[in-house]
Amino acid sequence: MDMTQYLNMFLEESREHLQKLNEALLDLEGSPDNKSVLDEIFRSAHTLKGMSATMGFSQIAELTHDMENVLHKLRNEEIKTTPGILDLLFKCVDALDSMVSDIASGGSGSLSIDDLLAELKTGNPGSFPATPDSGSAVGTTGEENSEDGDESVIITTIEFNEYEKNLIKQAIDQGFQCYHLVVNIDPRCIMKSARAFMVFKNMEEIGEIIKSIPPVQDIEEEKFENSFDLVVVSREPTEVIRKGLVTITEVTEPEIKLITGVFKPLNELPVDKKEVPATGDPVKPTVDAKAEESHPVQHQTISRAKINQTVRVDAARLDNLMNLVGELVINKTRLEQIGRSLQVPELAETMEQMDRITSDLQNVVMKVRMVPIENVFSRFPRMVRDLARDLGKEIDLIIEGKETELDRTVIDEIGDPLVHLLRNSIDHGIEEPAVRVNAGKKERGTVILAARHEGNNVVIEVQDDGRGLDIERIKIKAIEKGLVLPEEAEEIDEHSILRLILMPGLSTAEKVTDLSGRGVGLDAVKNKIESLSGSLHIESAPGTGTKFKIQLPLTLAIIQALLVLIEREIYAIPLSFIAETTSVLPQQINRIQEQEVILIRGDVLPLVRLNEVLQVPPSGIPREEEINIVVVRKGEKRIGLIVDTLIGQQEIVIKPLGKILGGIPVIAGATILGNGQVSLIIDVASLF
Amino acid sequence: MENDVQLVACTVDNEEYAIDIRSVQEIIRLLDITRVPHASPYISGVINLRGMVIPVMNLRKRFGLPDQKPDETARIIIINCNGSMVGILVDSVSEVIRIPRQNIEHTPSCSSNVNTEFFSGIGKLGSRLLIMLNLDNIFEIRTDHQGF
Repeated sequence: MDMTQYLNMFLEESREHLQKLNEALLDLEGSPDNKSVLDEIFRSAHTLKGMSATMGFSQIAELTHDMENVLHKLRNEEIKTTPGILDLLFKCVDALDSMVSDIASGGSGSLSIDDLLAELKTGNPGSFPATPDSGSAVGTTGEENSEDGDESVIITTIEFNEYEKNLIKQAIDQGFQCYHLVVNIDPRCIMKSARAFMVFKNMEEIGEIIKSIPPVQDIEEEKFENSFDLVVVSREPTEVIRKGLVTITEVTEPEIKLITGVFKPLNELPVDKKEVPATGDPVKPTVDAKAEESHPVQHQTISRAKINQTVRVDAARLDNLMNLVGELVINKTRLEQIGRSLQVPELAETMEQMDRITSDLQNVVMKVRMVPIENVFSRFPRMVRDLARDLGKEIDLIIEGKETELDRTVIDEIGDPLVHLLRNSIDHGIEEPAVRVNAGKKERGTVILAARHEGNNVVIEVQDDGRGLDIERIKIKAIEKGLVLPEEAEEIDEHSILRLILMPGLSTAEKVTDLSGRGVGLDAVKNKIESLSGSLHIESAPGTGTKFKIQLPLTLAIIQALLVLIEREIYAIPLSFIAETTSVLPQQINRIQEQEVILIRGDVLPLVRLNEVLQVPPSGIPREEEINIVVVRKGEKRIGLIVDTLIGQQEIVIKPLGKILGGIPVIAGATILGNGQVSLIIDVASLF
Repeated sequence: MENDVQLVACTVDNEEYAIDIRSVQEIIRLLDITRVPHASPYISGVINLRGMVIPVMNLRKRFGLPDQKPDETARIIIINCNGSMVGILVDSVSEVIRIPRQNIEHTPSCSSNVNTEFFSGIGKLGSRLLIMLNLDNIFEIRTDHQGF
């Protein structure tokens, strides 16, 4: 069977589980006695093991298997949760991560893991049997049991331990059906485990698997003949269960039996279904111990069954959908123009409807493309932990608003700038513990990473309670680097000084670490955010900390823009940059050293003639006497753009210009107007 | 048949050129071209091809030939260049022809007044000589945008 079709699913799910492992390990580090976290880790490791074994990535399976052994010992309190053990587990997760990445890039997922395996084994004294010696003890004792007489024998050949009995009892009490399935796989099937995997998957979608014979592990390792038994609880009727099985190729007609009064033999089953003896487990101690061992499997399958009603969709398809909606918006605008010139009332009415539906559709598609920022944030706790350890600092990372949603286009881009800012806070912001104590602060520093919506924007803040920015040092550095003149430095206000650290080449770090301090960081962050049509603000107070505030638009695909005419050419200016529009008479324009300026409410506003910047050929159209000015802002700065005519505000769909035109200055992209003409979007940030 | 090559024949300044049909997406009549400031002089601008914004290169300018206002016969050949679309503006497109592979000479020894790096060979069809275009080199534009 060709496994490549499952590869993507495998990669995605592996990454999810690795992420979960990372998070859970961090939790465990915080509260070493938390059993439920340990269970979670176990489940993720176990699932990874199963998936990788099915896909034939034996090294991942081997490593996770040994991790499981250690985890098992932790859970049984045979060994203690020490920092050493945690580090080892973190290292394992890193190794798994590299292996998965290797597979993703077409490799075989092979990596030298002998050292890790050895460490896992030594950190794991007392030999734990590598594989539970098959499910025989549990699986095939049915017949003996039937001789045993009434108590624990049930309809089938399955034996349950206390835990399972309880589960079944609870399920039936809550109105679930409990099924015993005998799944038969075509004897000619080549990869039985893959089919079994699909059986498990399908069953987990419609119910919960509470037991399998032989155990999941053995099934994954193909240690079964042509059939295996499952006990499933579900709200669905038999027919749905049957369908879930027979739709898988090479799975033949299953036997499905309803389990009702669980622990009574069939012949003794009267009308009373719910009579379940809570005690008096007749199962022999040896068998019980065995069953105890298969607990992890049960935990895992049960929790996994809580599936959200979601569909995984290829991101490219979403992009495609977005493009189509963009087309629709463009054509709607075109229709509106035609409608206006024809002045037909019926058409106008229909157009209104169209308009409403299109904007609803656009909203829906935008929402579909929205991704919680958690996708970016989730990798930071681990990063902060590692950095703090490397630097000998103690830092708590507090994440707020991780459910805040952003367009996928923005999510993809925002990760790196945030890494920069966090590193900055950890490296430069938070002081060494001793310094903090001397300053009368808590020994542990705090970094807050928060996201929230503000109108049509998303605000992301990175805040630390560290030493704050040293205004004097920034001044000195800026003068040294020639960014400001000494006499200027004395006059500029504090806020402008803070913004100096966003200039290229300025770093106030006294020691350069490999993390930051080389003066490439913050200006890169600023540029990235501006390229996303966002802005970056800094607040800082000496001794109490620094806050970086990023403001971003919700989406980059469809924006509001002002269309302007320059000679005969139409350009679009993104509305997010526009402060206001105004008009002046030619004689109101003054010159300060070759720079044209106007006074607007007492402030000097430098002017930029767009026809010159854009090299627009003169058309000879006579100008109006008044000069139209679009005032745009970037951060604190404002400039006025001189245009010929203001056409109006319109929703535009941003289209890239194509590779061959990449890197064109002043132009941010193109859009298609209602009349089908291409109009260029002005890159306002580049004009400052 | 296996050994035949299908070519789109077009003319630029009375010279006949040919493009392998496998890289041609479609051939369209002249559309409104939007000028792109600061773009390379060979690029006439961008067009809207069914919702896609596609740059158009003027082959006359690319070859350093005298500029001429496009007339009725002018066409834009849309080329699929490694997944991205680029249009090339030519004086006219004459036909699609099929010539045997061995009739293509790969040593460009033509006496054209145009830089030979743009050509990959000469196709002979009877007495006609078609200059095969090397699209990769034609689209290779050094990006030395002047800042300001």
